[in-house]
Amino acid sequence: MKKFYVKLLIGILIFTLIFLVLNYFMDTDVINPYKARIIMLIGINIILGVSLNLVLGFTGQLTLGHAGFMAIGAYAAAVVSVKLQAPFLVALIAGGVASGFIGMLIGLPVLKLKGDYLAITTLAFGQIILNVINNIEFIGGPRGFSVPPKTTFIWVFVFTILSYFIINSIIKSSHGRAMVSIREDEIAAEAMGINAFKYKVMAFTIASFFAGIAGGLFAHFQGYITPNIFDFMKSVDIVTSVVLGGMGSLSGTVIATTVITYLPEGLRSLSEYRMIIYPILLIIMMRFRPKGLMGTNEISFKGIQKFYKKLKGKGGKNNAAA
Amino acid sequence: MPLLKANNLTIKFGGLVAVSDFTLNMGDNDLYGLIGPNGAGKTTIFNMLTGVYSPTSGDIVFSGENITGIKPYEITKKKIARTFQNIRLFKQLSVLDNVKISFDYQTKYTLAEAILKLPRYFEQEAKIAEEAMEILKIFDLQDKAEEFSENLPYGEQRRLEIARALAARPKLLLLDEPAAGMNPQETQELMALIRFIRKEFNISILLIEHDMRLVMGVCERIIVVDYGKIIAEGTPDEIKKNPKVIEAYLGEEN
Amino acid sequence: MLLQQVINGLAQGSVYALIAIGYTMVYGIIGLINFAHGDVYMVGAFLGFYAVNILHLPFFPALFIAMVGSALLGVIIEKIAYKPLRNAPKINLLVMAIGVSILLENGARDNHIFGPDFKAYPAIIKEIRYAITSKASITNLQIILFVVSIILVLILQYIVFWTKTGKAMRATSYDKDAALLMGININNIISVTFAIGSALAGAAGVLVGLVYTTINPYMGIMPGLKAFVAAVLGGIGVLPGAMIGGLLLGLVETLTKAYISTSLYDTVVFGLLILVLLVKPTGLLGKKTNVKV
Repeated sequence: MKKFYVKLLIGILIFTLIFLVLNYFMDTDVINPYKARIIMLIGINIILGVSLNLVLGFTGQLTLGHAGFMAIGAYAAAVVSVKLQAPFLVALIAGGVASGFIGMLIGLPVLKLKGDYLAITTLAFGQIILNVINNIEFIGGPRGFSVPPKTTFIWVFVFTILSYFIINSIIKSSHGRAMVSIREDEIAAEAMGINAFKYKVMAFTIASFFAGIAGGLFAHFQGYITPNIFDFMKSVDIVTSVVLGGMGSLSGTVIATTVITYLPEGLRSLSEYRMIIYPILLIIMMRFRPKGLMGTNEISFKGIQKFYKKLKGKGGKNNAAA
Repeated sequence: MPLLKANNLTIKFGGLVAVSDFTLNMGDNDLYGLIGPNGAGKTTIFNMLTGVYSPTSGDIVFSGENITGIKPYEITKKKIARTFQNIRLFKQLSVLDNVKISFDYQTKYTLAEAILKLPRYFEQEAKIAEEAMEILKIFDLQDKAEEFSENLPYGEQRRLEIARALAARPKLLLLDEPAAGMNPQETQELMALIRFIRKEFNISILLIEHDMRLVMGVCERIIVVDYGKIIAEGTPDEIKKNPKVIEAYLGEEN
Repeated sequence: MLLQQVINGLAQGSVYALIAIGYTMVYGIIGLINFAHGDVYMVGAFLGFYAVNILHLPFFPALFIAMVGSALLGVIIEKIAYKPLRNAPKINLLVMAIGVSILLENGARDNHIFGPDFKAYPAIIKEIRYAITSKASITNLQIILFVVSIILVLILQYIVFWTKTGKAMRATSYDKDAALLMGININNIISVTFAIGSALAGAAGVLVGLVYTTINPYMGIMPGLKAFVAAVLGGIGVLPGAMIGGLLLGLVETLTKAYISTSLYDTVVFGLLILVLLVKPTGLLGKKTNVKV
């Protein structure tokens, strides 16, 4: 336990340092506003990715409506912010809670389904959520909703780190172990006393909560939201990050999300072909490396040491042969 | 009071009667065997006892409580645990984690405590790790604690299945063909292991097996089923000589 | 007025039915929801369009070409994307199918392929409206849609129930391993299944081009989803279920649009899916199967 608190302290120091450095670069225009926005977008997408990974990668449930919960969070936060004139933090939490709550409501009937049926049903719910938002005049319907731009780098940074940390903690707990056991073999898990349904709903609700937070951050980042931002394609984007990074690896999600978010912005010429490149990537991945970039492994000091030793070892052997 | 009372369990799948009128009484610390030709309904009986199937008629009373048709995870909470005919380990989890899972339903810390990393989380996790290791030691798997369970050789995987079930702290342990695919030496070790856990943990064991050496050598009482019905019941000696049993296994004598 | 809506609903339903058949056949045989199926319908529509616009072919040859092209596409997709994953965990297959679907949509959208614009089928057959009552009429194009659909379904019935191939298909859908042991070439049967399903979807695309005129690269998404809803509604894996489900869904959608709400009919359709899955997941005509532990 002491080891943990030491690690925690070091972690806080490192991240505070990273934040201060990045913030400084942003203030002095070393990172121009455009790049800064990309970084913030990466943060928001990471929150979406790690939360989806909890359900998809760790609990093994394929849900295709994650963008719908982002939408709920975005609109709920926007309403609390604009119509109720509440402070930003309150709006964000409201967005998260709204999404989490509706996530639970939807999850309770839907998570009784398995595999393909669950996927299609969550897809359908994503569509329904959009359809319904489109029909609510109070929040602008198809014309959209204007939101004050309150999201700054520190908000995104803090929430991204928090989301990662919280979801990581969940995974390292007995609840997280239960979720993974469900992914591995639901019947065996039930035989060992795990109420699979309870943990599926738990994962789904938590994931929806964080999607809602991401939505709230996004709404106040973009300044203007319309329902079709949160369409099936967005859900696919998030699924792609999780799959490419490795279902069951949070650090994999971070890497994949960074690449996927950065690419269309950083390589403008390719961005036109983004929606052709992604599916091709998905297809190639599923065919040749379905475990994704990191599989179920995380970046850790032990892992880096092992990797380094492997490299060194290979070099050593070559020298001996020569 | 008997530990387990299964009364006239019958189950029909559509028009097919898979098991009919299965009755069983087991007390504390009993070691019974369930045998019969392939397809006789043995695993189906296990599935009814563990809540995977709901019997069409009949009931199951365990420790005085009617547990007929309750869900599998609730059955485990009532202290019945099982292994599977086709190994169902959590492949991508380590050997240690596989065993830890069985402690998870008894977790004494909340999700919030896990997230906030409060002391109770660390205490309980340490305790779980310790107890899981103890169980691994009994099964001689402690050296492989960090291995992915799918990397274990077959015999060890079968042992891990049993270890995992035992970790759920059952009063009744159901073993489905624990010796399947084992060589004679491994079977001998398994027999010793079964006798050991029965004594050490003071539990009752009901096992399905095809390996007659194991059944005859370990079980106090044997129930024989064929076509879903009990055709004989008794001590190993009685069963060995029972003509109906011989017929069921070898076909009619011409 | 109601009669008119029913006619329109059945027309839409016939389209859904043709697409739904492909879904249900593939699901029945390899247990996969072929996300890319709706996009095969789209490709069929475009193939028909080019056959008419560039090759200046009359309707039925164009239909034939579109069906053949779609069948080919379906088989290619199966061989390249799905076959290698036949024993992989379900999730991988689903993600793969999603990838194929998106690739088809955005590939079609590319300027080098079909281009992003809406295209309009030229009036290959002049539309004639026949009045039935003072408030309801039917067009010759809708009649062609019905007739072609019925003929295709009858041909399908013949293949499935009266040919050796059809028998093999039915056997494979009941028990793949047993079929294999009986000497049935599973790979061929699966290819045939994809080919037939895709051909029907392609036909639906051309018929839509004929009756509704406009086509675009994303036209397959919604009808694809809805046709899947129809297949589930009727009973996934059950052929007549797909047809009934399709017609029913077309009716429900059209009547909802006409009498309840023009903007919430999507919610109604998807709500129906959710309802069916929760109440009777095997659908109207489906049968329950037990899981063996």
